[in-house]
Amino acid sequence: MAAFDIEAIRKDFPILDQLIYDKPLAYLDNAASSQKPVQVIEAIDHYYRKDNANVHRGVHRLSQRATDAYEASRTKVRDFINAKSDKEIVFVRGATEAINLVAQSFVRPQTKAGDEILISHMEHHANIVPWQMLCEQTGAKLRVIPMTEQGELDLTGIDDLLTEQTKILAIGQVSNALGTINPVKMLTEKAHAKNIPVLIDGAQAVPHLSVDVQDLDCDFYVFSGHKMFAPTGIGALYGKQALLEEMPPWQGGGDMILSVSFEHTQYNELPYKFEAGTPHIAGAIGLGAAIDYMQSIGVEKLAKHEHDLLDYATDKLSNMAGVRLIGTAQHKASVLSFLIEGVHPHDVGTIFDQQGVAIRTGHHCAQPVMQFFGIPATARASFAFYNTMDEVDALAAAVVKVQELFA
Amino acid sequence: MSSADLRDLYQQVIMDHNKKPRNFREMLDANHLAHGNNPLCGDALVVFVKMDGDVIEDVSFQGSGCAISMASASLMTESIKGKTLAEAEAIYQQVHKQMTSEDADPALLGKLEVLGGVREFPARVKCATLSWHTMHTAMENDHDISVTTE
Repeated sequence: MAAFDIEAIRKDFPILDQLIYDKPLAYLDNAASSQKPVQVIEAIDHYYRKDNANVHRGVHRLSQRATDAYEASRTKVRDFINAKSDKEIVFVRGATEAINLVAQSFVRPQTKAGDEILISHMEHHANIVPWQMLCEQTGAKLRVIPMTEQGELDLTGIDDLLTEQTKILAIGQVSNALGTINPVKMLTEKAHAKNIPVLIDGAQAVPHLSVDVQDLDCDFYVFSGHKMFAPTGIGALYGKQALLEEMPPWQGGGDMILSVSFEHTQYNELPYKFEAGTPHIAGAIGLGAAIDYMQSIGVEKLAKHEHDLLDYATDKLSNMAGVRLIGTAQHKASVLSFLIEGVHPHDVGTIFDQQGVAIRTGHHCAQPVMQFFGIPATARASFAFYNTMDEVDALAAAVVKVQELFA
Repeated sequence: MSSADLRDLYQQVIMDHNKKPRNFREMLDANHLAHGNNPLCGDALVVFVKMDGDVIEDVSFQGSGCAISMASASLMTESIKGKTLAEAEAIYQQVHKQMTSEDADPALLGKLEVLGGVREFPARVKCATLSWHTMHTAMENDHDISVTTE
């Protein structure tokens, strides 16, 4: 195996090479959205310059090339998460759309008043609100797996939370606010023992862990492209073929039909049944290029470097007086949420920005997590494989700067 | 821009009012009151006003938020206490003006000029304006009302 060449990798991400307020940019907001390598930018550029046409329609050459590239990306996604078949990969706008699709098309038809939906306390709003909407529509009840002070799932009562009324367990694999890696395989086993289907929100997991949906045995797996070095507006829904076959389409329109008359419409086969309208073709191609890029380096190697960064940053910040880490789970990925004593996170964010350090401050679309810790917001640094130890040092130096200013 | 501008934003007056906010208390006999929220940041405050005819006899606030929002609220209470409604309105207009342009009236602003530091930090303007919008709403209504800034 070739060594992990951070300098070469950073050259692939042109955006990283710039000054912010005369300081080198340290982009540590990857959990919000990641940067894109030239390989992805060029794949999109190539598509629009050479191959742009609608997919699955024309007999002309461009349409064929566009279709081939689009479908090749589907195969890359299938391979990336080790699904059995391309039919199990539905292109969507992102994890949010995928969860809404599953809620409305899979869960809603079989849910009635008194049924239950099980999520956890550390979910992103995208894995809370679609279920609340479903509960309002059906009279079902939202139940929540609690969380510990360390930011780990409290599974002591899990057997009582998975009931005969539970219609789905929807759980994040990695928490965006805390970085916690949840034991989703074990939870899937527990749920399946009671015939409860499982959706895993992998939005924060795919950039950092290698994912095998057959090994996890989850029924649905969702993720967004833009957090894994691909464009915004593209993501994927994985669903077990037998389940997707049974589900009604979510949206109607072109591309999702085989034939239409005013008397009857015959829906298209999988996965097209769920892809109404002209899709984000360039986005899908960009996603395929991002997967190629990650695999060309090796997901395990990327993960190792990131883990080293997180360990170094955790060690550094936890040894600084007046800094409190939020989320200290044993198994974590990428995310370091923290508070600086006596300073509101938004002031922290502004001062960090002036040091060239881009972090997220706020509730991270996980307000229940903030409520749990009794805080309005946190500052959050989140790492990608192109970050460096020097950037962690810049993070620590920015903390000192804040403390000096607010001394 | 360098850290000199950071000092423009986080001036001594701001830091002082953030640490020791003036008129930070509930007012039980307020006759005007409004809630202000900045849902994106989680900044939340209540402004209490006691009017005596046309004069702001007392004004106070409670809440939590970043240094800019807390200091701005504290400075706001100091600057309009004892003023007439028309005077307070004029100050409000000048404060608003200096957040977006440089041609506000320094004589009217006085100490409030420190709030002009947010001009260079567009994402923080809403922090500085929250208490002022809330105060303005409280004046216009004699019942509890909520203000939201984005």
